[in-house]
Amino acid sequence: MSDHTRSSAAQIAAALADGTTSVEVTQAHLDRIAATEPSINAFLHVDAEGALATAADVDRRREAGESLPALAGVPVAVKDLINTTGQPTTAGSRILEGWVPPYDATVVARLRAAGLPILGKTNLDEFAMGSSTEHSAYGDTRNPWDTDRIPGGSSGGSAAAVAAFEAPLALGTDTGGSIRQPGAMTGIVGVKPTYGGVSRYGVVAMASSLDQVGPMARTVEDAALLHEVIAGHDPLDSTSIDAPVPSVVEAARRGDVSGLRIGVIRELAGEGFQPGVQSRFDAAVEALAQAGAEIVEVSCPSFVHGIAAYYLVMPSEVSSNLARFDAMRYGLRVAPEGVDGPSAEQVMAASRDAGFGDEVKRRIVLGTYALSSGYYDAYYGSAQKVRTLIARDFSAAFEQVDVLLSPTAPTTAWRLGEKTSDPLAMYLEDICTIPANLAGLPGISVPIGLADDTGLPVGAQLLAPALADDRLYNAGAALERLVSMPVLQEVAR
Amino acid sequence: MSTTAKTALVGFDEALTRYDPVMGLEVHVELNTATKMFCGCATAFGAEPNTQVCPVCLGLPGALPVVNAKAVESAIRIGLALNCEIAEWCRFARKNYFYPDMPKNFQTSQYDEPIAFEGYVDIDVPADDGSVETFRIEIERAHMEEDTGKSLHVGGATGRIHGADHSLLDYNRAGIPLIEIVTKTIEVPGHRAPAVARAYVNHLRDLMVALDVSDARMDQGSLRADVNLSLKPSGSETLGTRSETKNVNSFRSVERAVRYEIGRHAGILDVGQKVLQETRHFHEADGSTSAGREKSDADDYRYFPEPDLAPVAPSRAWVDELRGTLPEPPAERRKRLQAAWDFAELDMRDIVGAGALDLVDATVRAGSSPTAAKKWWLGELARRSNEQGVDLAALPVTPEQVAGVQALIDSGRINDKLARSVLDGVLAGEGTPDEVVASRGLELVSDDGALGDAVDRAIEANPDVAQKIRDGKVQAAGALIGSVMKEMKGQADAARVRELIIEKLA
Repeated sequence: MSDHTRSSAAQIAAALADGTTSVEVTQAHLDRIAATEPSINAFLHVDAEGALATAADVDRRREAGESLPALAGVPVAVKDLINTTGQPTTAGSRILEGWVPPYDATVVARLRAAGLPILGKTNLDEFAMGSSTEHSAYGDTRNPWDTDRIPGGSSGGSAAAVAAFEAPLALGTDTGGSIRQPGAMTGIVGVKPTYGGVSRYGVVAMASSLDQVGPMARTVEDAALLHEVIAGHDPLDSTSIDAPVPSVVEAARRGDVSGLRIGVIRELAGEGFQPGVQSRFDAAVEALAQAGAEIVEVSCPSFVHGIAAYYLVMPSEVSSNLARFDAMRYGLRVAPEGVDGPSAEQVMAASRDAGFGDEVKRRIVLGTYALSSGYYDAYYGSAQKVRTLIARDFSAAFEQVDVLLSPTAPTTAWRLGEKTSDPLAMYLEDICTIPANLAGLPGISVPIGLADDTGLPVGAQLLAPALADDRLYNAGAALERLVSMPVLQEVAR
Repeated sequence: MSTTAKTALVGFDEALTRYDPVMGLEVHVELNTATKMFCGCATAFGAEPNTQVCPVCLGLPGALPVVNAKAVESAIRIGLALNCEIAEWCRFARKNYFYPDMPKNFQTSQYDEPIAFEGYVDIDVPADDGSVETFRIEIERAHMEEDTGKSLHVGGATGRIHGADHSLLDYNRAGIPLIEIVTKTIEVPGHRAPAVARAYVNHLRDLMVALDVSDARMDQGSLRADVNLSLKPSGSETLGTRSETKNVNSFRSVERAVRYEIGRHAGILDVGQKVLQETRHFHEADGSTSAGREKSDADDYRYFPEPDLAPVAPSRAWVDELRGTLPEPPAERRKRLQAAWDFAELDMRDIVGAGALDLVDATVRAGSSPTAAKKWWLGELARRSNEQGVDLAALPVTPEQVAGVQALIDSGRINDKLARSVLDGVLAGEGTPDEVVASRGLELVSDDGALGDAVDRAIEANPDVAQKIRDGKVQAAGALIGSVMKEMKGQADAARVRELIIEKLA
């Protein structure tokens, strides 16, 4: 097999500068995809033609002596929640089957402008609702470390593609942990940037106040390189922050924790945390201390209410954001059975019934209820108050420490089907990741080794204040160097 | 749909012997911004369907709104002109409900945090006896929102969705900025209620035009009024159940809708039935209303703050700056114009009562004398607007064109009678007054050659009359002038004809 698929994005970029062609690199990844997909199913759509055309264009420009962006010619995969012209965007849902957006998401436009060949669109839980990628309308994605297990979710397709060497880089989205948790489950790096740091324009909305696009890669430096391509103010997104992008690549190359104050969150440990995860995490903390970090235990008492608040705010916004899928202008249209000359309302109802999966319907119903007159204050109103309390916990913690640290998820990857019949058990998997979304703060998950009890990857999560994404890359790069994370040899069947 | 049996209408005057009306008016004003509320699409009226749309106003997956700063500016200026407080910080909210002409199935609006609130306007309401009474209408709020698309229901008898074969959707209007202006409850002596409602909407129209924030054309839907009305037994404090008559589209119809609903509610209450809380459609043809959608306080739009938009926090400095851009208040303006035009109080009442103040002012500014401007708008044009059942301002003639007609009279090129034909041509869309005169051949003949020949023929045909004039009875010339005018089809310059007759016979 080709070397290129085993290389990091930074290594590929160096090789391209040194005479390797992007067509060669891109073709190697397309070959890898063809060989690996039958056991992984990470992609919903592969655009070989488009990717190779971009690669050839980059090669031509490089040959002509043009000065090119750092990642020009390095292929990337894109979560199928992000709009791409020329390729379908399904959000993992039947209701958008075959829909090809007439416009590119801002992040996709930035990938194109930076010359990254887009390999294809990756699988996800329908509309990003899930922690296992089992809620896709187009089949499960498997964990490359053990194909009987889930890859995490909702960006499970992007995580599995990067972990299985099908792509060196991928974009995911993170609403409650959907980049960091699959990153942890598949042994790769995943970053949720500061809310507003990366444009959401053209990203199919799940929960507007929580969603954020971020990079997924096999190294912290690679994630930083992709971060700098997609980040920065976008006038088309009113929640986009008009401030300079933190120097994350420089931070990732520094990787120095000496004197850094790292807070370990007391509430995110103990009961419910798998022993193999906890011991790997404790070892990582010890390694950071050895490297000169000052380890402080901090308390964030409101975090225990994070899941409850999240499961009110998120479905409320979902119920409104997904109302537009009504079969009137685009997407699936189903005529109700046994109705002669159905009304628009009946067509809407039949199409939504046929087009949405159970988890999506569950959240629409929850959100509709939470926003109802007479319940709004008790549910949505209270949840917003909890958000404020969580933000205060963070503020207090960041007065004591520079970054916070916890396991990314309480367990390693579970078996397919193990939690699908118990939504609450699945929701609990997001306990560590949700607070950052509720407060709009950045987070990174870095692989810290394999759990002794399951032999599966474990991730540690670092959190930082808003706009201090560079701290995550600095500390993350140090952590990456200090721990011993084995390289996946081949997809394990 | 209504399940109440049809009850008799009670006469307006009779209804007021037993009940007092309570009104509330909601007026939607379409702003005249070049682009939509949350995207860069054009807002021009009358474009081909679905040509002024983009991912944002079509509600495509992933699209996000960006607030139109000009619309916020207009909203603040409207709020200030309505003597409202301007919020220091406010948010948009989503109003959630499903309807095919609403692309996102929620309307981005404002809920409990409107940009403007707690204001008032003083309006002058003319009465039948020629007096004018001033009423203060209290404004509850003015808030920003986006318009919906338009549905065209095809195949039904009424043009409504019920019974239609299919519907066509035009999203050009979706996302056009709207300001909704809501009054507090209006309680005025019952017999004045219809005129007060009309005068209020008329006042708002004048204000929007003076602010230059909207075309404010009721006939094109850029100003739309909803009339909420309930009755309570005379002297009672207990409010009745209200009806909401939607999208009434002329000042006159506002007045008629109030009258009709008073009579309808009284008919229901008289026989001990309950008024349904529902929307009503107004029918121009007979001034009646019919049942629309039943409403209840349980209607649940599940409002919540719009997470895709940042709060709007206008600085006090900006608000003060905008306060400085407000036009002259209408009452002061009326006094100023009365003095400038040297009109009597009664003249001004007539003009204001007819809703013609702006039209007369613009006509005067276009060069006409105040007296002539008033004569046209309150005479010939008022007659035509009544005949057609449209508002004066909706007639397809501009103040500049009216001034042009008057200029043609003043220069002797046409007379009053021909002027009516010129107006006919202008109203029929045949062009400017000059163009109509040319194309219809309406210019007065004052050429002595042509007139002289006609005078000679008249003298020849009326030897008796001619002899009387030769004998010194100059007043008999009228008969000969009439004969000449008849031959010339009214297009002779009568003064010149008279001179020629005297020259030839005296």
